[in-house]
Amino acid sequence: MAYSEKVVDHYNNPRNVGSFDKKDPSVGTGIVGAPECGDVMKLQIKVSPQGVIEDAKFKTFGCGSAIASSSLATEWLKGKTLDEAAQIKNTDIVQELALPPVKIHCSVLAEDAIKAALADVKKKQMTTVGETASAL
Amino acid sequence: MALKFPIYLDSHSTTPVDPRVLEVMLPYFTEKFGNAASRNHAFGWAAEEAVETARGQIATLIHCDPKELVFTSGATESNNLALKGVAEMYREKGDHVITVTTEHRAVLDTAKRLEKQGLKVTYLSVGADGVVDPEAVRHAITDRTILISVMLANNEIGTVNPVAEIGKVAKDRGVLFHCDATQGVGKIPVDVQAMGIDVMSFTAHKMYGPKGVGALYVRRRNPRVRLAPQIDGGGHERGMRSGTLPVPLIVGFGEACRIAAEVMPTESVRLAALRDRLKEGIFKGLDEVYLNGHPVHRLPHNLNVSFAYVEGEALLMGLKDIALSSGSACTSATLEPSYVLRSLGVGSDLAHSSIRFGLGRFTTEEEIEYTIQKVVEAVSRLREMSPLYEMAKEGVDLKTVEWTRD
Repeated sequence: MAYSEKVVDHYNNPRNVGSFDKKDPSVGTGIVGAPECGDVMKLQIKVSPQGVIEDAKFKTFGCGSAIASSSLATEWLKGKTLDEAAQIKNTDIVQELALPPVKIHCSVLAEDAIKAALADVKKKQMTTVGETASAL
Repeated sequence: MALKFPIYLDSHSTTPVDPRVLEVMLPYFTEKFGNAASRNHAFGWAAEEAVETARGQIATLIHCDPKELVFTSGATESNNLALKGVAEMYREKGDHVITVTTEHRAVLDTAKRLEKQGLKVTYLSVGADGVVDPEAVRHAITDRTILISVMLANNEIGTVNPVAEIGKVAKDRGVLFHCDATQGVGKIPVDVQAMGIDVMSFTAHKMYGPKGVGALYVRRRNPRVRLAPQIDGGGHERGMRSGTLPVPLIVGFGEACRIAAEVMPTESVRLAALRDRLKEGIFKGLDEVYLNGHPVHRLPHNLNVSFAYVEGEALLMGLKDIALSSGSACTSATLEPSYVLRSLGVGSDLAHSSIRFGLGRFTTEEEIEYTIQKVVEAVSRLREMSPLYEMAKEGVDLKTVEWTRD
């Protein structure tokens, strides 16, 4: 099976590979998938006090399409608000990367990773707000 | 010598036709085009003579009588004919077949069809090294057993089974023994007498012959094996497989066997040395690399390795100028990785991370050195990208993590 040019480009030059400190309250981490299924994605976002995603990083265990899907996701996340980020759909990724049907699950996993990272940072913010309130 | 790309390291899948083989085949496409079954003219006689010469060359390689060979379209058809032909012919005698979970799909899927037709099939499991235990075969035999089907060498992990011992078990109990020797013939010594094989499948294209022709060895005495034909027609091949013989392909098959017999002693040593160098280079350059299959009892040209924390298909993408095969199943609908590796007890994660290297007659030392370097680079790069590698390095036990599954 031949990969699309965009998948090959993301595979050869992955954007934003790396990690943030998981404990940082401004960082949201999403880890989805399972090793025995052949795909694990870790997606992290760093959110400004104004609620804008300043930076994003990923690490992925999976095929070329899984790597490309998560690499693309980090590019799209940067500069978005949390609400805007929540609008990213797996179908957008499928279209952009021209993924064949057997690789659609890679895009689904990327969407799941985005959602998990957003949920994580929101949870942290709630906790922070709660702590501030109780301190007052 | 300058490297030529892509490098071919997928010899378990197929092999190129040896130029010497092609040369002897060519006249049989054009001026010597006769039908080997035409008894009344020189065209037919020339074709028949060529087929009989090839039959002799093939018989010499596996130590049988030329009359015991039935030509087929390839190993898949040979396996089908062996299992279905025996099951149908010996139905009165029994209805039980013994085979192994790591067999090729051509055997397993045929066995499944027999089950649908009411036969009982025992699928023996193998040890962690992929070897079939002859004692397990012995214990599985019942009064109703008519056939044992065990492969000579596995197509993924290259493990070579103790076929002679299994042949002895079969003979002791009077059960027919079929061996799918597709990966072994022409690579390692095969002797159907010494190995006690009654029926054996093999094919030309795995041994530098053409695609489209295979053979089934069918024993003629002690015991005389009978098969119900699965293709009816002109009664070719002693009635066991009708259809006009593909003379050029058979001629190529014969020449491929002749060359294989001639070069095997030196070639198997050369390939084993190159394979060992490949293994050593990879294991020296990387940590957490695991050998799949038996360390010693394996085909000289096979290496199968799992690279922990790296997905096989992604790795192949990084090795695009080397033709390889992976046990990963990222593109399959089920997302299930190699059933062979799973049968050995290899975890799904490591099965997804496996690569099969199949060296061949035209593999060079330079190609192996290049492959080592590229594999080490690609695995290292992907591990830098792998969340699993990061977690493992942080001391997280990946088996205790609660993963999200679809």
